[in-house]
Amino acid sequence: MGGDFWCVFLWHGSNESLPSAEAVMFLKFSLRSVFYGAGGGNDIQWCFSQVKGAVDDDVAEADIISTVEFNHSGELLATGDKGGRVVIFQQEQENKTQSHSRGEYNVYSTFQSHEPEFDYLKSLEIEEKINKIRWLPQKNAAQFLLSTNDKTIKLWKISERDKRPEGYNLKEEDGRYRDPTTVTTLRVPVFRPMDLMVEASPRRIFANAHTYHINSISINSDYETYLSADDLRINLWHLEITDRSFNIVDIKPANMEELTEVITAAEFHPNSCSTFVYSSSKGTIRLCDMRASALCDRHSKLFEEPEDPSNRSFFSEIISSISDVKFSHSGRYMMTRDYLSVKIWDLNMENRPVETYQVHEYLRSKLCSLYENDCIFDKFECCWNGSDSIVMTGSYNNFFRMFDRNTKRDITLEASRENNKPRTVLKPRKVCASGKRKKDEISVDSLDFNKKILHTAWHPKENIIAVATTNNLYIFQDKMN
Amino acid sequence: MGEEEGLHQTPFLDTMFVRGLKRKCFDGEEDIEGTLAGIKAIPSYNLQRQSLLDMSLVKLQLCHMLVEPNLCRSVLIANTVRQIQEEMTQDGTWQMINTQSTGQASLDRLVSTDILCRSSRDQAEGKHVPAYGTFNKDFENDQAQDSSDTMSTASAVQAPRNLQSSVWEMENPQENKGNFQKSLDQIFETLENKSPNSVEDLFSEVDNSYYDLDTMLTGMMSNTKMGHCDSLETFSSSTNTASNSNCKSDLNDLDHIVEILVES
Repeated sequence: MGGDFWCVFLWHGSNESLPSAEAVMFLKFSLRSVFYGAGGGNDIQWCFSQVKGAVDDDVAEADIISTVEFNHSGELLATGDKGGRVVIFQQEQENKTQSHSRGEYNVYSTFQSHEPEFDYLKSLEIEEKINKIRWLPQKNAAQFLLSTNDKTIKLWKISERDKRPEGYNLKEEDGRYRDPTTVTTLRVPVFRPMDLMVEASPRRIFANAHTYHINSISINSDYETYLSADDLRINLWHLEITDRSFNIVDIKPANMEELTEVITAAEFHPNSCSTFVYSSSKGTIRLCDMRASALCDRHSKLFEEPEDPSNRSFFSEIISSISDVKFSHSGRYMMTRDYLSVKIWDLNMENRPVETYQVHEYLRSKLCSLYENDCIFDKFECCWNGSDSIVMTGSYNNFFRMFDRNTKRDITLEASRENNKPRTVLKPRKVCASGKRKKDEISVDSLDFNKKILHTAWHPKENIIAVATTNNLYIFQDKMN
Repeated sequence: MGEEEGLHQTPFLDTMFVRGLKRKCFDGEEDIEGTLAGIKAIPSYNLQRQSLLDMSLVKLQLCHMLVEPNLCRSVLIANTVRQIQEEMTQDGTWQMINTQSTGQASLDRLVSTDILCRSSRDQAEGKHVPAYGTFNKDFENDQAQDSSDTMSTASAVQAPRNLQSSVWEMENPQENKGNFQKSLDQIFETLENKSPNSVEDLFSEVDNSYYDLDTMLTGMMSNTKMGHCDSLETFSSSTNTASNSNCKSDLNDLDHIVEILVES
């Protein structure tokens, strides 16, 4: 049962002669879902694959995972932690005989990206925690990634060395220099194979450009420039130039006492090298075009959903604060994550999202408690799958959620060592909001708010996902038949 | 961190706040006055709002010793505080406070961050006053009055968490409202937009001499950290908030900082 077909409806919702984005609706029918019911044979069955990290419950602060990112091919998976380390996993080449599972991810390289620093002027420590990692597309044998803490961005080169020269005339094998008078013959050094060594070296350090804490970095589609965003400013860098960066957004008020809004995330458009978006703590997203002016303080588009008056509370603003913004691979849509929901926006429609998915609506009645224990300020990330058909985000109790945009079905899964048999299909979880709790459901009050999944990543091509709990990295993949 | 504990501590707060603007305001107080049934009813909206305000102000005060506080979080909390203030102004609650305030120091007397720091230093000298009491303190003039104010204010903070206290409060509603709102008065002095020192002061520089506005904002009250962490210790022991763990690590960091400063 292959094949999907498209229907186009023109809906005249306004008097305008030209159809707006609202006026034109595309409906996509999938023959499979028609015949098997919504989400019939299409649903992915997720299986546990691997878990990385310490087993014991006593979590060392430095081991807390702070970012997870696949590279462009999906072969490499990088994690950053609170201790400033970067660990890169590499997928093993698929074993042709084992067609029922994809290659495992094993440690490829580990290095200390950032060290703690002390700002003597302010008498404050600069945390070494890695806030974000972004991979550059591969241009040669080496891999490059950008990693950032609160203040400094570094470009790392990760290269392999699997042979070394031997047979120097003036040096011994261990590196000591020989006495030239003892050299009686000459030979040509040759390369001999050696055990694979993966080296990480910092190639560029982009420092001293941010007064506030960096929350995002994003590489431009020109692969030459990138942006870094802190709470109040966004800077544009060239990857080759470290002593200069251009400020492209500045929302710092002249009088800091008037500050009411900060930048929470920013990203370049995947295809248009002059377009980027940034989100704010007030739940707005601004799309800017760098061609319009040098300082993009005036947005080209402002995406904001009007507030639902029936849900208004003192926490409305806090829960509307956007913690993550991600463009779809196609560049047509962008996704935002606020405290309770995930929203999909069509770049052509600014006044409301085209899709909204509730992540954990049962928390709405607990907002005051979550405010008290600061959980309401948790910054959850979100991600797209390779085909932009499914979005994923994390929640509490080590739960994570996936929303299928086509079938409109969603699923809640748990990252836990209890389900750690490979190829065992994960059982969907359900939270009981109120009333009688069914068997296998978990009540809201039993949720562990210490166990939060803030960082998730989806392989760019396959159905392989990486989910970070506090200090463990889980890798799940779909059940291959 | 006490999340589950946190969730159970404020069930009433949650139900009230979820309903947002569908509050009963003064109607709510009718439920409370008098009978035991009133105790079981959801505490009044004003009380809840006050408690949220208290919590928010405490959160704004808390600062990390060594690491800059999260600006986004601070901004969101400050906005919440402003919201509450605006609503109270619209309610007329603010006016009620004004009429009931008894020979207060003039509204020009502002409870700025300076004062918060000063009272923290007072505590360092041995006066045991919960840090929340700083909102009450009106300098040296009102020392005698302050102790009673402090007590009622402290109990107001704890009321939602301790039914015992709320019963005590219900028994003397009028008297407590007077003290209660007097402290509210002092709190809102900090929020008066027309005053140069408002809650926005929490973002502005405390010490002109050395620091850029930028750095002061992000450092919050960085040059008063020591004083604050002293107050944090006493405060945390009396209110047992979820900030306990922060305070303990803050104190270790405090030692570290003192070491560094002493050596330099």
